Amino acid sequence: MLSLKEKDRPIVRKLLCAGCCVRCVLRFCCVGTCSAYRRSYEDIHKELLAFISEESSPQPHDASGEEKTDEPPNKRLRIDEGSTEASVTAAQTDSDICPVCLGVLQDFCDPTFAKQVSDAVKNQQYEFNSLVLTVSLPAQLSVREHSCWLHVKKEIREKSMCLGKEDVIQVKDAFKWAVQGKIGQELGAAVLANSSCEVSVGFMHPETEEDCHFLANTCPDCFKPTKNKASIFTRMAVVKALEKISEEKFSRHYPCPPKKTNTRCTALDTTCLHTSVFIAGRYNKFSRELPQTPWVIDGERRMDGSVEELIAAPLLSSFRADGFNFSSSGREDVDVRTLGNGRPFAVELLNPHRAKFNRTEIKQLQETINQSSDKIRVRDLQIVTREATSRMKEGEEEKTKTYSALIWTQKAIDSTDLEFLANIKDLKIAQKTPLRVLHRRPLAVRPRLIHSMSSIYLDGHHFTLKLCTQAGTYIKEFVHGDFGRTKPNLCDLMKTNADILELDVESVDIDWPPAIPD
Amino acid sequence: MEDSEKKAPSVIDRYFTRWYRTDLKGKSCEDHCILQHSNRICVITLAESHPILQNGRKIKNINYQISDGCSRLKNKVSGKSKRGGQFLTEFAPLCRITCTDEQEYTIFSCIRGRLLEVNEDILNKPDLLLEKPSTEGYIAVILPKFEESKSVTEGLLTREQYEEVLTKRNQQEEPC
Repeated sequence: MLSLKEKDRPIVRKLLCAGCCVRCVLRFCCVGTCSAYRRSYEDIHKELLAFISEESSPQPHDASGEEKTDEPPNKRLRIDEGSTEASVTAAQTDSDICPVCLGVLQDFCDPTFAKQVSDAVKNQQYEFNSLVLTVSLPAQLSVREHSCWLHVKKEIREKSMCLGKEDVIQVKDAFKWAVQGKIGQELGAAVLANSSCEVSVGFMHPETEEDCHFLANTCPDCFKPTKNKASIFTRMAVVKALEKISEEKFSRHYPCPPKKTNTRCTALDTTCLHTSVFIAGRYNKFSRELPQTPWVIDGERRMDGSVEELIAAPLLSSFRADGFNFSSSGREDVDVRTLGNGRPFAVELLNPHRAKFNRTEIKQLQETINQSSDKIRVRDLQIVTREATSRMKEGEEEKTKTYSALIWTQKAIDSTDLEFLANIKDLKIAQKTPLRVLHRRPLAVRPRLIHSMSSIYLDGHHFTLKLCTQAGTYIKEFVHGDFGRTKPNLCDLMKTNADILELDVESVDIDWPPAIPD
Repeated sequence: MEDSEKKAPSVIDRYFTRWYRTDLKGKSCEDHCILQHSNRICVITLAESHPILQNGRKIKNINYQISDGCSRLKNKVSGKSKRGGQFLTEFAPLCRITCTDEQEYTIFSCIRGRLLEVNEDILNKPDLLLEKPSTEGYIAVILPKFEESKSVTEGLLTREQYEEVLTKRNQQEEPC
């Protein structure tokens, strides 16, 4: 039941004359009920014809099917035979493509297309119980819409009424209303305004691509030059230009109503995208020959494997994701072990085809990772929100980390030579960017704090140094001094040349992610 | 213990390759040692055979002002790509060192690249240069162009070649 009003009649007439499809007619009559667009093309068509054939009546008219059958037959004959309405029906046959929506609201609203879309989604094997439908239309549809609106406005003005562009139902919305019921039914999922699973349907129409081009001459500042070969006629730029251009100028450059075309839009492949899933945890690194991220120079792998690949591989396959981004709270060198509770990390899984896992399943994944290699270990594995991952990086300067280092000294030492180290608290040091990272970091001086130290004597030239330092401290450089560019350094404190033979991270003092009891 | 000194770990051995340029600008024995890090950054130092390091010489003055318009101390780099650093060619002077015996020596860049920093500690403590010429007494840090990272050492001597030069000198008994 279309709730068309008296005032809509001239609009319907004018649009049908121009060759518009029935759903576009409904849109310009501001019909906002979803069910109207779900009805079959023929149904809507019949009602519209009945509506315009009726004489003007004082009450608002409900062009329902029942009333049509009550109409005297001679009226219908008049429609078919050669009255003013004849041109309307002649112009409106199914093979004619609507000059406004270019067919998007015609055949593509049929159940067959909805099934096509649903099948494409099923083929990609996503798991979901809701989805959001997004539609992308060619930019030139905005131009044709604008043209049609101006065409209608002229008519309305003459009858001293007004029709705001915002009141007209958008092609996108009409399309979604028409198809989402069927799509939701086929996929057994709710079609919502927001969902983690996005099904994208797109259309293109090469035949009319040049429809937008005149706007570049009339409103050149709306169109920014693009770096790649991409078209400057983006949807946003076209919409902006249409807002700026005067009615008079537009009508000079573009026909109102828009001209018919020979072809309809073609549908692009239906694509699906699931929002990223974030998995967090803490990792230990037990190998001194494992980089945190892949070590590649000039396209050549310098060392096999990496912490991030060992952690991400089982996740990628279980979540059936397309790719991942790995981040962590700081990182350690290849030759440094990470002991204790481990270092917090988060893996962003891109476009996971499966996103729902319960606690047991995640525990299982953790086991799989731990069984896969003895070089790393993962704990507290859990799904977290994107917002939660910022906890990992927050307060990077305030957090502390503890280390254990094997120190060599040039001069011979005994255990009493080390006692003074335990009495040093909050030692301020200044570290110029270490030479070993200076090629990729800006040159700067970093003030850092060594909160406390303790030592374990080993022999005349070796001892273990434990340190608790501010996050961001370069430990190796604190020990050997980095050509005197870290001051003070352990050589200064101990008044001898010293070097670091081994380094272990004992703890990363961040209380995130939350611990998961075994 | 001699043993521990032989096997002594060293940052230079771990990360750097030693290259040499001898008799800079034809001046006998004015040898420089360029420490090239595996990440292509180079540290310019005096080679152990340089005259400044011989015969108990003491340093009177180190001057980074190499001309009226140019002081290496004014060198400022910013950002990851180290913009603003003075670009040096092989014979660009880094500093002039005057010893207490009035001998003057110019230290040169030896390689092409962007000057990142000069060692200001030796201005305050020139003894650093005498005691630890290869580490804390370094002269400057230079970043060669990425495309030139490998070619920058062409024309420099390897450690072995340098030692051959020293051997030849000893045989000719040239005073330094």
